[in-house]
Amino acid sequence: MNLAILLAAVLLLALYSYALGRGRALGQTTGHPSELHSRPGYYGTYTALWSVIPALLVIAIWLMAEGVIVEGLVVASLPQAQQDLPNAQLGLLLNDIRNVASGAFSAEQAEPFVRAAAERYNGLRLTSFIGMAAIAVLLAVIGLYWARRAIDPGLRARNAVERIVMVFLVAASTIAIFTTVGIVLSLLFEAWRFFSQVPFYEFLFGLQWSPQIALRADQVGSSGAFGAVPIFAGTLLISFIAMVVAVPVGLMSAIYMAEYATPKFRSFVKPLLEVLAGIPTVVYGFFAALTVAPQIRGFGESFGLDVASESALAAGLVMGIMIIPFVSSLSDDVISAVPRSLREGSYGMGATKSETIVRVILPAALPGIVGSILLAVSRAIGETMIVVMAAGLAANLTANPFQAVTTVTVQIVTLLVGDQEFDSPKTLAAFALGLVLFFITLCLNVIALHVVRKYREQYD
Amino acid sequence: MTDATVPNDPAAPVRDAEGIAAAVQKSLKKRYARETRFKLYGVAAIGFALAVLVLLFFTIISNGYTAFVQTKVQLPIDLAQSEIDPDGSGDPEVIGKANYRSLVFNAMRGEFPSVSGRTNRRALTGLLSSGADFELREAVLADPSLIGGVRQVWLTMSDDADVFIKGRSTDVDLADGRGRVSLFDESGVVTVTSGEDDFAQALTDVKDALAEQAVRAENEAARRQGSIALFTAALNENPSEEKAAELREDLERTRAEIIDFEARAADLRDRAAAAGGEEAMDSSMPSYFAVVNGGVVKATSVSANSLTGEVILPLDSLDPAAAGDWRVLSLETPEESRRVKDNQAVWLWTLQQEGKVETKFNTTFFTAGDSREPEQAGIWGAAVGSFWTLLVTLLLSFPIGVMAAVYLEEFAPKNRWTDLVEVNINNLAAVPSIVFGLLGLAMFLNVFGLPRSAPLVGGMVLTLMTLPTIIIASRAALKSVPPSIREAALGMGASRLQAMTHHVLPLALPGMLTGTIIGMAQALGETAPLLMIGMVAFIVDIPGGMTDPATVLPVQIFLWADAPERAFVERTSAAIMVLLGFLILMNLTAVLLRKKFETRW
Repeated sequence: MNLAILLAAVLLLALYSYALGRGRALGQTTGHPSELHSRPGYYGTYTALWSVIPALLVIAIWLMAEGVIVEGLVVASLPQAQQDLPNAQLGLLLNDIRNVASGAFSAEQAEPFVRAAAERYNGLRLTSFIGMAAIAVLLAVIGLYWARRAIDPGLRARNAVERIVMVFLVAASTIAIFTTVGIVLSLLFEAWRFFSQVPFYEFLFGLQWSPQIALRADQVGSSGAFGAVPIFAGTLLISFIAMVVAVPVGLMSAIYMAEYATPKFRSFVKPLLEVLAGIPTVVYGFFAALTVAPQIRGFGESFGLDVASESALAAGLVMGIMIIPFVSSLSDDVISAVPRSLREGSYGMGATKSETIVRVILPAALPGIVGSILLAVSRAIGETMIVVMAAGLAANLTANPFQAVTTVTVQIVTLLVGDQEFDSPKTLAAFALGLVLFFITLCLNVIALHVVRKYREQYD
Repeated sequence: MTDATVPNDPAAPVRDAEGIAAAVQKSLKKRYARETRFKLYGVAAIGFALAVLVLLFFTIISNGYTAFVQTKVQLPIDLAQSEIDPDGSGDPEVIGKANYRSLVFNAMRGEFPSVSGRTNRRALTGLLSSGADFELREAVLADPSLIGGVRQVWLTMSDDADVFIKGRSTDVDLADGRGRVSLFDESGVVTVTSGEDDFAQALTDVKDALAEQAVRAENEAARRQGSIALFTAALNENPSEEKAAELREDLERTRAEIIDFEARAADLRDRAAAAGGEEAMDSSMPSYFAVVNGGVVKATSVSANSLTGEVILPLDSLDPAAAGDWRVLSLETPEESRRVKDNQAVWLWTLQQEGKVETKFNTTFFTAGDSREPEQAGIWGAAVGSFWTLLVTLLLSFPIGVMAAVYLEEFAPKNRWTDLVEVNINNLAAVPSIVFGLLGLAMFLNVFGLPRSAPLVGGMVLTLMTLPTIIIASRAALKSVPPSIREAALGMGASRLQAMTHHVLPLALPGMLTGTIIGMAQALGETAPLLMIGMVAFIVDIPGGMTDPATVLPVQIFLWADAPERAFVERTSAAIMVLLGFLILMNLTAVLLRKKFETRW
């Protein structure tokens, strides 16, 4: 709340400095703005930027550093016995202190040293906030004063403002890079911690997956096993089933749309197919679990087959349906991009439409189609909600689509939803799985995008 | 290329033109058939996709439409001054502390004074929602003039009652009695004897159930035959003395069991096959009731023209009833496989006949947060959570996305660095969403220490996820603005940035907004990354800001889909309908925006 007031104050100051800068620039002319180097608004913006940017920077840095410093000071003020606690317990204690400080826990029930620490915590935070506010406002005023003094008809205000805007533009465009770097670093760091407890060959080639960690030594299943092969196999099985559904249906509908359909039919059906792509995956998951899985189970039982209620078939089937529009719209683009001359050459030789498609267009479009299928595979591997809701949890190593299998994404979700402790291999295993997932989809995407781009260049 | 190509081997005999024409003619039919078939495959593929779409919507809507109404019961509640506000102070503190639970329960018991015994009375009050007393309290607090007198109040019923009234628990069938019935009471067990075979259907149902039981007994016997084979095989392997004795004992016992099961199966089969007679009923069979003389008798045994059983609602008299004055009520689903028991079903049915139970528009569903009780659960909390999350996403991703697109499209020099940025953006667009959740967990929560379950963090994660979509769409929009606009602006002396902000950007804005709306729609439907950052918690309160614990609509759907209560199925479907409604609205806006502002240069 206080922070919002502070930010509002800084922004108000910025408005004031805009008016001030603009007014001063105009005041230095004989009444005609063309005597200025830049348009008057730029002088205003120049002043405003000078007052607001340093202030905001200070606030941002302060907020980031505040937590660590205040906590450090609070810990230093604790009795020695508490300071010597292991990190995890110290973290819990700090949580208690924070809760008491914010009033979420009643202070009367807390131990006296916690109460004292909470008071100190609140005091430090208040001091810190007052300091931050004072420095930010001071900087804003200094910036304002400095920029106002610099204003002069010859000042190249526009160039200065544009330079600052450019910095923002470049910064915005690098966020994508930082995201990737952030993903890679966070996955690598946590996965490295995992592999320091579980050897990576055991993870990559082990056949047993049961990520329990025992509370007591004599517990059943006390030794956690982290062999991820059954998970990879399950992921591949479900993705394979999905592709068996999605590729023929998606490809055939793309061919029909691109080659046979009248423009009217196309303009009607294409948006409908895209609706399939717009439905949230959690809806597909619900559909799979509620409707498709029981149907398949019943259908299988009428043939005397033993079908698990969370069969790979149900999850794969629904995932395939989700991917149909993905395959079809990408393939549609690719097929439409095949030049007319190839088609007309084939017609001229007396080939029928289907003969032209199968023997001329598809071979010509093949690289693009392969690219779109690869993208679809990467989608299937990374899909989460359908499998979380409709596939199993137990890691069975099987190729039987009627049995329940589990996937990489299901395991990540089950390992990370709920209580987490970031020193147990059980939690860290999720990051190792995430790393594998990221790496595989990255490879598929790079190859697919490369293939598609190469193909486009071929006919452009 | 075709089946009738001319051989290009010069040594082969050259066929005359007529021969070629004949060969082509001959193959034409086959080729045309293949052409038709190929076209049919295409139609079938599209048909399949559309059929699935229709099936999906049908399943969701048919499951979910009933969640928009909620079963309520009208009870006369004695809001006596002495009970609620003895001093007449009108003080909300005092009024709020009255014992509404007993008021509600007494009113419910008042509807069926004959119900006695602890279990039965609890079954009766169990038909009310556990929040019914709060509902009454809120009503009284909102309008204290209700105090002092008996008021008719509509109260929410429990999820089981709701499911029953909506007909999702069992089919309820009512048939008029065709014969004149006479009644006979033998120490509480009433026999209803009709002049016609009014209970023939009941008897058939019972026999069907008996036949099923016979099959089950046979299967049991067959399974034990398997065990016998196992035991015998083990005996043949010369086990130790002790073991052998044990095995023989097992064998003996199993044989006896088989004889038992076979006898029972034979008996059941005989009873099922025999015509007429009287059969006892149990909870694995459909329930039958005779509604006569203002009371209800539940069948415990039945023959074609008579029904014997216990009284659920007392009869006014034992006088004979004429044809058409009494009815047979039946519940198709056996008692053991539904949550509403027979007596509860009869009470509900009676209340419904009296017009005291009705389904009314379910305001709770749209105004409440999550709850463990289906009838008290609503989507408002999740909807508000979605709003905050999307607000953060929009505030972050739109400016950043547009700025990045402007830089990459208009200002970036063509070099390695910008190539890298571009490849990166394209890749990020295809990274599985759950990976963004891992990033959010490891970076935003663990490193930066931001709060768990907060829309702020959710919005940040979704921003990273939707940025590529927005950047790619915005770049396409910028690309479609013709260079002549830029050149004209530059020619008038504008700087490059001025040409951009004053001329190109306004023209590209509709396209950028379209892309942003589509990105927002994606973010609204996204679930997986939010699971990672703790937005799956069970949260009852409506979030009031960006740092309050919250959940979002798709996660709420995920949570409800996991709940075991039958009543959550329809609520899940209804929540999906609401979510899809929002998505359709957003996409329509995007389409309309594109149509309205689309410029062909």
